Amino acid sequence: MATQIMPSPGARGSTPGDSIPAIRLVGLQKRFGDVVAVDGIDLDVAEGEFFSMLGPSGSGKTTTLRMIAGFERPSGGRIELHGQEVEDLPPFERNVNTVFQDYALFPHMSVADNVGYGLLVRKVPKPERGRRVSEALAMVRLGGYERRRPSQLSGGQRQRVALARALINRPRVLLLDEPLGALDLKLREEMQIELKTIQRDVAITFIYVTHDQEEALTMSDRIAVFNHGRIEQVGSPADVYERPATAFVAGFVGTSNLLSGEAARAVLGADGTYTVRPEKIRLAGIEDPVGDDETSALGRITEVIYLGSDTRYIVALDAGGSLVVTQQNLETSSTEALARQGDRVRLVWKRQHSLPVQGG
Amino acid sequence: MTTARAPLEGSPGISRRLQTALYRHRAAQILLLLAPPVGWFGVIYLGSLAILFVSAFWYLDPLTSAIRHDFTLANFQLLLGSSVYRTVALRTIGVAAIVTLLDIALAFPIAFFMARVATGRLRAALFALVLLPLWTSYLVRVYAWRVILGKGGPLDWFFGLIGLPDVSLGYSDLSMVIVFTYLWLPYMILPIFAGLERIPTSLLEASADLGARSGMTFRRVVLPLVVPSVAAGSIFTFSLTLGDYITPQLVSNTQFIGNVVYESQGVVGNVPLAAAFATVPVLVMGVFLLLMRRLGAFEAL
Repeated sequence: MATQIMPSPGARGSTPGDSIPAIRLVGLQKRFGDVVAVDGIDLDVAEGEFFSMLGPSGSGKTTTLRMIAGFERPSGGRIELHGQEVEDLPPFERNVNTVFQDYALFPHMSVADNVGYGLLVRKVPKPERGRRVSEALAMVRLGGYERRRPSQLSGGQRQRVALARALINRPRVLLLDEPLGALDLKLREEMQIELKTIQRDVAITFIYVTHDQEEALTMSDRIAVFNHGRIEQVGSPADVYERPATAFVAGFVGTSNLLSGEAARAVLGADGTYTVRPEKIRLAGIEDPVGDDETSALGRITEVIYLGSDTRYIVALDAGGSLVVTQQNLETSSTEALARQGDRVRLVWKRQHSLPVQGG
Repeated sequence: MTTARAPLEGSPGISRRLQTALYRHRAAQILLLLAPPVGWFGVIYLGSLAILFVSAFWYLDPLTSAIRHDFTLANFQLLLGSSVYRTVALRTIGVAAIVTLLDIALAFPIAFFMARVATGRLRAALFALVLLPLWTSYLVRVYAWRVILGKGGPLDWFFGLIGLPDVSLGYSDLSMVIVFTYLWLPYMILPIFAGLERIPTSLLEASADLGARSGMTFRRVVLPLVVPSVAAGSIFTFSLTLGDYITPQLVSNTQFIGNVVYESQGVVGNVPLAAAFATVPVLVMGVFLLLMRRLGAFEAL
């Protein structure tokens, strides 16, 4: 509190420098009986960052978020909020707020009472409360909805109320637990942009839990990829997508396109596990020339999936294994694309796009 | 596939044709389903209630002691005019209200513990304990309380043990209230339990997250959400007390509406007067149900 360092909303990519992190997790653990949900996590999140925790269900991301909020007590390790240890503090004494997956709006209260709840609890006088409720609702573009009940709102509107209810308390960190999970695709994409805009405006640290890699890539300054209660990689969206550290990250963020063992030796002439992004691969004729800086592999198209703007080809390699290739439908029609099933092809990609990863 | 289809292609059997007809005529389907309960409710239940109301306007011929089927308001004039009947009615309603309030006070912590604290086996065990008394006869339980509260019973013994004088609640209004409260407690615990269990944990977490301590969360979130369940439980405790006549007879010296009705028609044979007095709890219950509906009791049931 005493030495408030200016928030740096644009703290993209790189780990923060000398300032005190908004959140620091040290060796954080959580066990439920015999099950280890979170298995020793170390993490720093900078002030003002939009930080995503990405991972499949059961990877420990939500449990980590709930420990930061104070709903779960860690089995081991430390949680620091702006340098203050908080593991032993109840939720109501932590300066963080949460947007819940199911929104958790109070069904017996109006929208205004829901949004103003945090101020009511903190005994903020009524006139100021009313003013701030109107402001918060205007921010999420729900002005005029004060007297409605949550049951009279659509999913997207409830989501905004939940957001306004959390932000009105001006927390230093906002925790979001898959807040867009229940919305349909179109609305989700709109809300992603809106959330990002709001975050930039309020300059509050956002911790965003999601299992949707696209969502994480779209909105985040940095992403932590969770798997089996551990963090596999922390980095900017570009880091995580273009330079996945492990086979798991390569597969979870993007399409799992792995070459390992025999196939890796035959195609790349090297041991280990490698990943190639499907959009980096070109489909060529068997006899087409291959450049010096390129790798190529022969195979047969076993499956063609037409996706509108793109077509996805699954190619079984002669060397073993299979790769997914995505091609934009610039000139190809769907009939042409679908007719290629069973064709023998040569896959060509730049050598620099074969990325070594751990595991696999 | 082909074998499963075969019956369709042959000439349809009676049962198949009936099913098709029912499928096409939804109204017939609903009618068939509801005929027995509607018949029962409409004819037997509402019918007897109607007869009760009608007979309340008949009177007993003072000379022959025969029931005259002529319209009169005499029964109601007697009931309203006589302080005895008024006292009995007010006592019945008052005790029903007190019992309901006591049951709410007792049931809430138990239901809260069962719904929000206990899990697994402990919760199952508590459930069994709450329901166990309902497997025993009502009479056995009332007589058991007579022993407990009676002169020289366990209660007096216990009071003696801690150095207090005998209370000998034996036959009193207090012992009647105690026994009623005990009898109907499960009917209050179960709806409140269900109501508390229905509250999503995330609502309580959200309240704490927004800065509310447990007391505040309870007052602002839990309590308003279980009001309908409490109202639902109150319907049980209130109506069961209102209609009872055995417990007052066994553990107190006072009379309930039920006792007066019982005596009027059984001992004196004045069925019209009994019917007139019996409309009082019906009316009280009607008003009570309207009140409880405003609290959302019917959504909670």
